[in-house]
Amino acid sequence: MKPYGVILFHTTSAAMRAKKVLTGAGLSGKLIPTPRQFSSDCGIAWRFNWNEADQVRTVLDEARVEIAALHPL
Amino acid sequence: MIYLDNASTAWPKPPEVARAMADFLERSGGNPGRSAHRLSIAAAQIVYDARERIAEFFNAPDPVKIIFTHNATHAINIALRGLLRPGDHVVTTSIEHNAVMRPLRALEREGVRLTVVPCASDASLNPSDVQRAIEPGTRLVVINHASNVTGTLLPVEAVAAIAHAAGSLLLVDAAQSAGVVPIDVRAMGIDLLAFTGHKGLLGPTGTGGLVIGDMVDVATMEPLTCGGTGSDSELEEQPEHLPDKFESGTPNGVGLAGLGAGVRFVVERSVEAIRARGIELTRMLVEGLQSIPGATVFGPADPSRRTAVVSFTLAGCHVSEIALRLDEEYGVLCRPGLHCAPAAHHTIGTSPEGTVRFAPGFSATTHDIHTALEATKKVARE
Repeated sequence: MKPYGVILFHTTSAAMRAKKVLTGAGLSGKLIPTPRQFSSDCGIAWRFNWNEADQVRTVLDEARVEIAALHPL
Repeated sequence: MIYLDNASTAWPKPPEVARAMADFLERSGGNPGRSAHRLSIAAAQIVYDARERIAEFFNAPDPVKIIFTHNATHAINIALRGLLRPGDHVVTTSIEHNAVMRPLRALEREGVRLTVVPCASDASLNPSDVQRAIEPGTRLVVINHASNVTGTLLPVEAVAAIAHAAGSLLLVDAAQSAGVVPIDVRAMGIDLLAFTGHKGLLGPTGTGGLVIGDMVDVATMEPLTCGGTGSDSELEEQPEHLPDKFESGTPNGVGLAGLGAGVRFVVERSVEAIRARGIELTRMLVEGLQSIPGATVFGPADPSRRTAVVSFTLAGCHVSEIALRLDEEYGVLCRPGLHCAPAAHHTIGTSPEGTVRFAPGFSATTHDIHTALEATKKVARE
């Protein structure tokens, strides 16, 4: 199985924005319920291929999308 | 039927708006951002797309600084209640709608100091009168972009410059102007813009929002409502992040789907084209009404200084009677009375009787205006 990473957000709006800029940059991923091991939050998180973590960080930084945390899953 | 009550709510809405709302209910009916299954994400996507489209439409600095609300009144209350504390001074104008006047009067009873700057009898505002009303403790200036009684446009840029020079913020009530007059919050110096979704933006009722600019220190704003946001759920305190801080409770997903479609329609048609058409219809209405014996028409004579909202009275006729006869006998639908803006009617000299208000929308034809004018002429004669 491919190793995944997960990004947590403070708001749904930030998650939707991350989805837009990451898919726009050709980086695949999926919105999923926030994994319980990282947060008791009921919100949504972005799951992506961990081997693209550097690109993911760069794209989010450049688009100034605020994230709460980024972890390997 | 000729609908001339678009200043109350736009009708008809573009068919795309109803389609987007039906589509939301049938295909993406999840709770936006609460559950993360496919229907929840589909709903969140629609809400977010509307947020981004509106941010772009007003040239707002950031989509997360678009706070969705039930209407413009709700947005104005979030801004006023969020920012103002006892002892603060506020400047507003004498043509404000009760959406601004009532919350300000309520805050005045709680110790906020209020100065109401008088406007001229055509509802126009001289910016130097705002300058004179400014005090060292003035926290906020609140002005209507366009009067809902006369359509008069207020000089937003000039007032923004005065407010900023004094270290205060500017809140603009764009209930009547959003979607029919171009608005660029950054170019115009607007710190807070309250808009409704169901008028010029052609969305459904129950939608609206507050655009928050970069000059506003959001950390000092108290939320009007606290509650669930789908985020930071482990906390029993209201989160500070935007837009969630000011958007508690399940959002109006179906309404925002419609609002997004309405804004898209306005963008495709272009606000500039809608504005040009509004000026043309206003000129026809003002000239036509002025030619009716006994008619008094209010607001600036120059149609480029107003939106397509025209108030008038007929000598010897009650405004309610005129509106009733126009509806029953001629199928012309309009709004008589004080239009929830007693201060504005006082300013233009029509209090307490009020006026009859004609407000054509994007789909009004030249023929509609002629028919409405002919009907008014007949009502005035009999």
